Amino acid sequence: MTAIVDYGVGNLFSLKSSFAAIGAEAVVTNDPEAIAASERIILPGVGAFEDAAKKLRDAGLDRAILGETEKGKPLLGICLGMQMLFEKSYEYGEHAGLGLIQGSVKPMLGVIPAELKIPHIGWNPLIFPKNREKSALYRYIDEGDCVYFVHSYYGADCDDAVTAWAEYGALLTASVERGNVFGTQFHPEKSGSVGLRILKAFTEF
Amino acid sequence: MITKRIIPCLDVRNGRVVKGTNFENLGDVNDPVALASYYSAAGADELVFYDITASAEGRALFTDILKKTAETIFIPLTVGGGINTIDDFDRALKCGADKVSVNSGAIRNPDLICEAAKKYGDQCVVISADVKRVDGRFTVFAKGGRENTGMEAISWIKRCVDNGAGEVVLNSIDSDGVKNGFDLEMLDAVCNAVGVPVIASGGAGKAEDFITLFRTLPKVDAGLAASIFHFGEVNIGELKKLLAANGINVRQVNEER
Repeated sequence: MTAIVDYGVGNLFSLKSSFAAIGAEAVVTNDPEAIAASERIILPGVGAFEDAAKKLRDAGLDRAILGETEKGKPLLGICLGMQMLFEKSYEYGEHAGLGLIQGSVKPMLGVIPAELKIPHIGWNPLIFPKNREKSALYRYIDEGDCVYFVHSYYGADCDDAVTAWAEYGALLTASVERGNVFGTQFHPEKSGSVGLRILKAFTEF
Repeated sequence: MITKRIIPCLDVRNGRVVKGTNFENLGDVNDPVALASYYSAAGADELVFYDITASAEGRALFTDILKKTAETIFIPLTVGGGINTIDDFDRALKCGADKVSVNSGAIRNPDLICEAAKKYGDQCVVISADVKRVDGRFTVFAKGGRENTGMEAISWIKRCVDNGAGEVVLNSIDSDGVKNGFDLEMLDAVCNAVGVPVIASGGAGKAEDFITLFRTLPKVDAGLAASIFHFGEVNIGELKKLLAANGINVRQVNEER
């Protein structure tokens, strides 16, 4: 059973449906006990970092997630959920994240060429780093497969944790990993069959 | 490198897909959920569902179709038509839409874009503009192209983007249904005015029109069409192969694995 953490940000309909599509059990929940009882956790999220981090804290879900991941339970952060794994974000100020991945979340503005549009919306092929083994999350897909991105901020100063890049005027963090903690900047639940295969791999952890 | 998107648009009325020429003489084409799955498997990068229903019954049917589609296919879905309030945004998003496009609703209430962008994020709000040349001036039309607002189009679109619209769908009424290619002049003017993704709509008649679009205007992010896909005149998988062969970056789909 996968717990999809519902803390009032973003649309969980597609995520829930994609689990049904791959035949994996999932529950959408804001209950720390259900998170504790699950085999793995998905931390979704769209919107603003500060607001999302506050909602997660106010519901006591940050502690539940940290407690469970410390025990080795697999965690997958998606989009803003991935950004929340970082130590901090510089989206409209400076805000603390969960600190599970070293690095920070920074605006793309000024990092990518000025003629490129922000938000970065669309499908990009994944580029795997040469210096590390292919992530287990990608066991059913190949380098060059396209996934769907929608974001204006990106994970920075985290090269050691990067398992895939996306090229958008610069190499941007597409996914990170540290032990049992995973994060994708892209939306697997919106990335067609490639995305479903990534989620399937996660449900096998 | 980001890929250029190919987006089929499904105009839905009373639970069925329809498409007319110059917005009139609508004819029933196909079942929306089946058509959406077919497009997704063929390599569509995104789908737009446009609700052209006027009645409450039709609206309920539309919501049902949207839900069924979002349960079946896993590519981005944009919903438009009849979006006038934040509640309309909410209803579409709860049924699995990723983006909501506003047209007449934003003309009636320009604050709608601000409110929606604040609540759901810029990426969620699409301004869809129906534009036609009137005495040589790009002019915004409302109510499915039936009502001349008198507003100059480029400044209107710019204002919507400043208010928080994260994407622009530019539908040229002059080209729509004519199948003589996209309205490059109009698109160029919009691309030069805004810094968010621009989706070209109206005028695609053959695969080559997409090559011309992306070659002439590299700033255009996506091409949208309806009838040429629905009637099988252009196959999305073949279109993407053709684009790739012409040096245009597109996502190739390999579903059999």
